[in-house]
Amino acid sequence: MKPAPFRYVAPRSVDETLALLAEHGAEGKILAGGQSLVPLLNMRLARPQVIVDINGIRSLAYIRRKDDRLHMGALTRQRAVEESATVRRQVPLLWEAIRFVGHPQIRTRGTVGGSLAHADPSAELPAVVAALDAELVVRSPSGERALSPGEFFAGYLTTALEPTEVLTEIRFPVLPERTGTAFVEVARRHGDFALVGVAAVVRRRDGTIAEARLAFTGVGPGPVRVREAEGRLAGSAGTPRVFADAAREAGARLDPEGDIHATAQYRREVAAVLTRRALELAWQRSGGRTR
Amino acid sequence: MNGDPAHTTPAQAPARVPARRKRRLREPQSALTIRFTVNGETVERTVEVRKTLADFLREDLGLTGTHLGCEHGVCGACTVLLNGEPVRSCLLFAVQAAGAGIETVESLAPGEGLHPVQAAFREHHGLQCGFCTPGFLMSAVALLRDHAEPTEEQILETLGGHLCRCTGYQGIVEAVRAAARTWQR
Repeated sequence: MKPAPFRYVAPRSVDETLALLAEHGAEGKILAGGQSLVPLLNMRLARPQVIVDINGIRSLAYIRRKDDRLHMGALTRQRAVEESATVRRQVPLLWEAIRFVGHPQIRTRGTVGGSLAHADPSAELPAVVAALDAELVVRSPSGERALSPGEFFAGYLTTALEPTEVLTEIRFPVLPERTGTAFVEVARRHGDFALVGVAAVVRRRDGTIAEARLAFTGVGPGPVRVREAEGRLAGSAGTPRVFADAAREAGARLDPEGDIHATAQYRREVAAVLTRRALELAWQRSGGRTR
Repeated sequence: MNGDPAHTTPAQAPARVPARRKRRLREPQSALTIRFTVNGETVERTVEVRKTLADFLREDLGLTGTHLGCEHGVCGACTVLLNGEPVRSCLLFAVQAAGAGIETVESLAPGEGLHPVQAAFREHHGLQCGFCTPGFLMSAVALLRDHAEPTEEQILETLGGHLCRCTGYQGIVEAVRAAARTWQR
């Protein structure tokens, strides 16, 4: 036996999950895909008393378009996202990024909501959600609330989720015409957590950048938006010079920590290079010309 | 645990729960009796809830073909098929497999001879010490079932989820390419 002893319960509905969480509170832990939680249990870095396994709640796994958003159930498997033509067409940034999450054998179990609720500082999906300003729908016994990424991510492995709450849905905006996105990252091996990753969104008006967003992973306690660089891009021409300047600014504004895998300085430099690549790619995908 | 045929508490195990008893909040359990199929055979066992599927297969069912390397999802040696999809059996509790179909490496060649994918691994030096091989085989079988003619990218993406310390991977990649050609389905 690897994990410390716990008790296990597999509710069949969100209501039942909420009732169980209300009863077991801080000693309970939700088990979704388990690709992050079970390693923590196996290494006994986490020792919850009660595991609430939500994998049997089929109604939490769906991908459906509603108005100008793509609604995704929190239990949607990453593999299902990767295989979804709808996601590929309507939220290409998510589709591109999800292929960097672990390996196919991980994504068959790993869930979108689980990755977000786990909030690993080097995970890809939090940066995607931050770059798109997606909504995170959270249910509690008293009702439902929709959080912005800025409200949801609260620091290293920490979110605004209370012990009695569950993340049920993510609402990704379907981007307007002439908008391009790109996700690029550097990791020690493909499938590892990113040393640095960046998600870029560029909306184009003729030859000009109408709006740009940049969200990073691996350079802070959670996903990091660099609004100074975004502001500098808005209204500028989509030229290599502008992208290079914004990339330099983003690199300078970031304040990553060094660790065994990469120093802080290395992460800053890689972030600048990746920013330029992501912006150029997003610009091209928006239909913009490059010179 | 009412209304859930694959999951019963040991105490309740043989007795059938009357239908539509008043709904009460499920009680978390330390052990459960689960029923599922392993390599086509129905298995019903009582298992401690914290036991991983990998340990259950090896210790309770004696299916020691599934190997445990890292035990935290990185190395891929313990990969089995859950309802046809490759998963890490070290990151799944046995109780979570209730009602599912599991396939392990033992299912590939139940009688004499080798499965075509195994034969290709032998032919193309896809293994040396063999420790990682069961996981590679199960992922390769799942890939080739879904894609009779996988692209190079699909092969590398699939094999990228496994570590091998002996071969340098070239023989494994070649074996999967060859198996795609030789596996008559």
